[in-house]
Amino acid sequence: MALNPGESARIELTVNGIAHQIDVEARWLLSDVLRHTIGLTGTHVGCEHGVCGCCTVLIDGEPARSCLTFAVQTDGAAITTVEGLAASDDGLHPLQESFRMHHGLQCGYCTPGFLMTALPIYERAPEMSDEELRKAISGQLCRCTGYAGILSAIRGAAEIERSRKGAES
Amino acid sequence: MKPAPFTYHRPETRGEVDALLAELGSEAKILAGGQSLIPILNMRLSSPAHLIDLNHLHDETAGPALDDGHVTVGPLVRQSSVERSELVTERVPLLAETMDFVAHPAIRNRGTVVGSIAHADPAAELPAVLAVLRGEVVARSATGRRTIPAGECFRGPLENSLEDTEWLEEVRWPVAAADQGFAFEEFARRSGDYALCGVAARAERAGDTTTVALGYLGMGDVPVCTELPPLGASAFETDEVEDAVARVVEGQLDPVDDIHATVAFRTHLARRLGATAVRRAAAKADTAGQDS
Amino acid sequence: MTTRMFGQSVKRNEDPRLLTGKGRYVDDIEHSAAQVAFVRSEPAHARIIDIDVSGTLDIDGVLGIYTYEDLEGDFAKPLPLLIPNDGLFAPKTQYALAHEEVCYAGEVIAMVVAKDRYIAEDAASAIRVEYETLPVVADLEEAARPGAPVAHLDMEDNVSGRVSEAKGDVDAAMAAASHVYQWRFSMERAAAMPMEGRGIVAHYDESDQSLLLYDSTQAPTGVRGGLALLFGLDPDRVHVVAPDIGGGFGMKVIQFYPEEVLVPWASRLLGIPVKWTEDRREDFIGSNHERGQAHEVRVGTDDEGRILGMETNFLNDAGAYCSYGLIIPIITAAQMQGPYRIENFRYEFRNLFTNKVPTSPYRGAGRPHAVYVMERVIDKIALELELDVAEVRRRNFIGPNEFPYDVGVTFQDGGPTIYDSGEYERGLDVLLDALDYGNARAEQRKAAEQGRLMGIGIGYYVEGTGIGPYEGAAIKVLADGSVTVALGFSSQGQGHETVFAQIVSDELGVAVDKVKVTSGDTRRIGYGVGTFASRSAVVGGNAVFKAAVQIRKQAAEVAARSLEVAAEDLVFENGQIRVAGAPDLSVGLGQVALISNPLRYAFGEESQEAVLLAQRAYAQSDRPLPDGMRPGLETAEFYSPTSGVFAFGAHAVVIEIDPDTCNLKILRYVVMHDCGAVINPMIVEGQILGGVAQGIGGAFYERLAYDDQGQLQNASFMDFLIPYATEIPTVELHHTETKSPLNPLGIKGVGEAGTIPGPAVIANAVSDALGRPIDSMPISPLDIYAILYKG
Repeated sequence: MALNPGESARIELTVNGIAHQIDVEARWLLSDVLRHTIGLTGTHVGCEHGVCGCCTVLIDGEPARSCLTFAVQTDGAAITTVEGLAASDDGLHPLQESFRMHHGLQCGYCTPGFLMTALPIYERAPEMSDEELRKAISGQLCRCTGYAGILSAIRGAAEIERSRKGAES
Repeated sequence: MKPAPFTYHRPETRGEVDALLAELGSEAKILAGGQSLIPILNMRLSSPAHLIDLNHLHDETAGPALDDGHVTVGPLVRQSSVERSELVTERVPLLAETMDFVAHPAIRNRGTVVGSIAHADPAAELPAVLAVLRGEVVARSATGRRTIPAGECFRGPLENSLEDTEWLEEVRWPVAAADQGFAFEEFARRSGDYALCGVAARAERAGDTTTVALGYLGMGDVPVCTELPPLGASAFETDEVEDAVARVVEGQLDPVDDIHATVAFRTHLARRLGATAVRRAAAKADTAGQDS
Repeated sequence: MTTRMFGQSVKRNEDPRLLTGKGRYVDDIEHSAAQVAFVRSEPAHARIIDIDVSGTLDIDGVLGIYTYEDLEGDFAKPLPLLIPNDGLFAPKTQYALAHEEVCYAGEVIAMVVAKDRYIAEDAASAIRVEYETLPVVADLEEAARPGAPVAHLDMEDNVSGRVSEAKGDVDAAMAAASHVYQWRFSMERAAAMPMEGRGIVAHYDESDQSLLLYDSTQAPTGVRGGLALLFGLDPDRVHVVAPDIGGGFGMKVIQFYPEEVLVPWASRLLGIPVKWTEDRREDFIGSNHERGQAHEVRVGTDDEGRILGMETNFLNDAGAYCSYGLIIPIITAAQMQGPYRIENFRYEFRNLFTNKVPTSPYRGAGRPHAVYVMERVIDKIALELELDVAEVRRRNFIGPNEFPYDVGVTFQDGGPTIYDSGEYERGLDVLLDALDYGNARAEQRKAAEQGRLMGIGIGYYVEGTGIGPYEGAAIKVLADGSVTVALGFSSQGQGHETVFAQIVSDELGVAVDKVKVTSGDTRRIGYGVGTFASRSAVVGGNAVFKAAVQIRKQAAEVAARSLEVAAEDLVFENGQIRVAGAPDLSVGLGQVALISNPLRYAFGEESQEAVLLAQRAYAQSDRPLPDGMRPGLETAEFYSPTSGVFAFGAHAVVIEIDPDTCNLKILRYVVMHDCGAVINPMIVEGQILGGVAQGIGGAFYERLAYDDQGQLQNASFMDFLIPYATEIPTVELHHTETKSPLNPLGIKGVGEAGTIPGPAVIANAVSDALGRPIDSMPISPLDIYAILYKG
């Protein structure tokens, strides 16, 4: 396969469980394709050089920078964005609920990136030392909160999940 | 900040990569993890006409493997997979220790080990570690493959010693010997940043004598590897370690000024971090010797 | 009784939206709009000789390329001067597109509109600008030197303004002082760096002669008024919406940045929606910075460390233009005395042009510099006189019975600076108790014996907040009993949708989540000022309160007529208006809204009942809508404060310096803050904690590294080091509450507070640890290295 400047190729992306067949140009960043082609604007763009982490999504289950990935590279991949977290419109994922409870967000711009970074680790977070948890989310910049609420939120999410499961059973 | 246009190639076999490079040569850049390359493209600091995307190569290994006294990584092995690899923890402990300093988790999930070596950033951790471990890389092209010792792999800042038609298909990390001890030290302003100075140490114990090699990053155009004169047991009770490191630092490193650090400050860091690394590595070599 | 919501840590109304990716920021709007990229000046000072666009001719998808020559009428004039001042004699503002001369690297020279941003950038990078470079003045102190290069060709020197003021008799005080000290302090630039840059979507509708602008701004009503004037439009046909905003911190309060004029101008010209989204590089070189001052201080004291007189001569770095006037140095001058009684005080400042990005307020706005200077002065006096730093503060505090206290200098609003209330010594006690100050000093001594470099730093501040002129709130009760509140000032994450809902909730007896607050949409309320100067809760909060009181009065009148009781007997709770003592007699607030708008026709069940009630109410009056009443349960009220209100606080930090890396580790960071009555403690704490992180960032990590040619060396997040979670310590928070007597709610502002003492505490702590004065900020390990090892 070769794709010349200005040409588009059809790729298949599964985003939040929904298969999309979309035409992309080679240089289009995954962040732009998610936001402007597919219309999932929950993924934010803060620096486009990989330092701020606002654009972090899961690519095949692992957090990655969507601004440092060309969409065409992810042909066939499964992407999870912040829109894929909550089970329904009114229910929040335990991690989201915990962010709300612990004031883990202010302007909300960096929040989706933090949520996607925390998603694979929040269940282990209560056992992590303060230093370990801080290290696990370094690479994500927040200019509003000073991180205190974010750290508490990630640490508290598993508890919310447990109490929900308790309530169900 | 959007990249300039390029032609995108998606080979499915290593042979196809060879063929593309044979045709395109210096016009083409290899794209694997892209975590160093794409920022440069987004800022339009570089605008290669062709990108050859390795991510769709068939039958590539996802993790490190053991091969003839080396732990090997292929072109699509992500840094996070090395970080989580028990094989690496057991057999190449220095690499395992260093992974924690390489950028941030989300970057390591995409970034590849081979890509980091090929990128040849003198401020990056992995080239210095490969050099101090006397590892090697395997380059290939349409005309064949060759093994290059780490010491000959880096030519200048962001410049490796490959031909335009070559690319790296493997990096080989020597398995640690029982009498060896290792340490990695660096100082970065923020967690995960490029370090102002960093150093990897490999110590070997023979009787009462310890031999230590240091691999510095951020202290020259390429990773700088150097060996200290053999240190006797008493060296560790005195400032002999510090003095030995100081001589190496003064004589062999060539740091530059930038907005974060001056030559003098980098030199200071190289001495302090170097001495700490030597002591830690030597202590581990001691322990390793006792175990065997 | 229902719980009063004011004072509760209510979970935020905005969070579910923001947490699920349903927030709507400017770049989330109008995906099909044409996109803009700009050509920005590379040299910091140059004449433009030629702009060659021929390289763009074969790029498909370019819709237009514009330079200054394309601008006409008012668009070709310099952008407005926002805040004039008698002392501002060279009020230079920039052109929307550079006209002949560029005065900073980053100044907009040409605009490209294209099908998408990728193509727009292709074209922008193909445009060749030929420059005749001119001498550059980049350094602030250099700019003040006679014979220095000029930042603007048509000026003789670089002074844009000069202001001086005095109280008491400084010369006499100095003559009488036992000790007179002279010290210099400097602070480099800093930048706000919100995670979302600026952004604009403009849709000019020719057939309707109207303009709809989505703008990531802190001042939508101001933008609207200015654009209406510029476009010659009826202001009612200009709508400016500040949707969700990804942080502002002052940077987004300027009206106008060039892009704010050019994007709607291009939309009108091309007849299509046009969008521009600032990228990070543009934010570094195209959005305003702050800080940047150099002070020459003289202070006279007695033998006990009491300050008898003080004066400062300082320079303020305006950058290349000064659309925000002299506000930053005026705030510095007005707030420098902090919590201290200084009978004799004098200042003079010069505002200097340099060939760098223009400056305007960034969180703290002139105060971090003032506090840094004052708090270094206190510590240096203590060192000179061998006194404890806390004790010197105590000896100089304004006493709790001295309020209102006239500081004796002019405040940023042009009025006098008069502190409304404060308990400064109590605040220090709270801080030192929390720190266990005596013990901390003992540990420091022990560490010193072991050769370790520990230091303790204290920084005290008073912050003027909540300035006028006014804010407004439009409240409407809907038929379903929910309440809408429209505010003219936007939110950048401060929780407007929650704190203002709490105020309304208490007054009208409706649940907080039934109060829907919209901030920053000029379609909903036409008058307002903006979110800055820690003023939203104070001025906006009291406006909301006034409006809610008014709604309550209106609703009570209607309910009284409907229920045939006296209005005084009514209580508002759980969405109902009840008669006290008669629990069965009630009417829903939503029904009252329906009754207030007597309809002939009923829609829905609730309104059927309401129509019946309205008919009953009619029976009590001579007409369906009694004389003097308006249909609907809605009102807009405005609050204008008599003056600012003065919050205060103090931070203490314990640090240790690693002699190997020259890095500093923050062992403890303790905060005492007092912002009067607190609407939502969770949100106030969030403001403080976030502010502290910015303070630490500005003191130790973030530095705008300009070279002598005016080139910013670190215009990326790789080299401009905003701290991650790994660099910010756990912060211990304590508070006191000294209400303001000046507004009904007793509120003082808090938005900027956390940031203000950052440079002061870090400078004091590092000085304490090293035994060497840190009088130039920010510092870095490189500086500490130089002190430790270079003598």
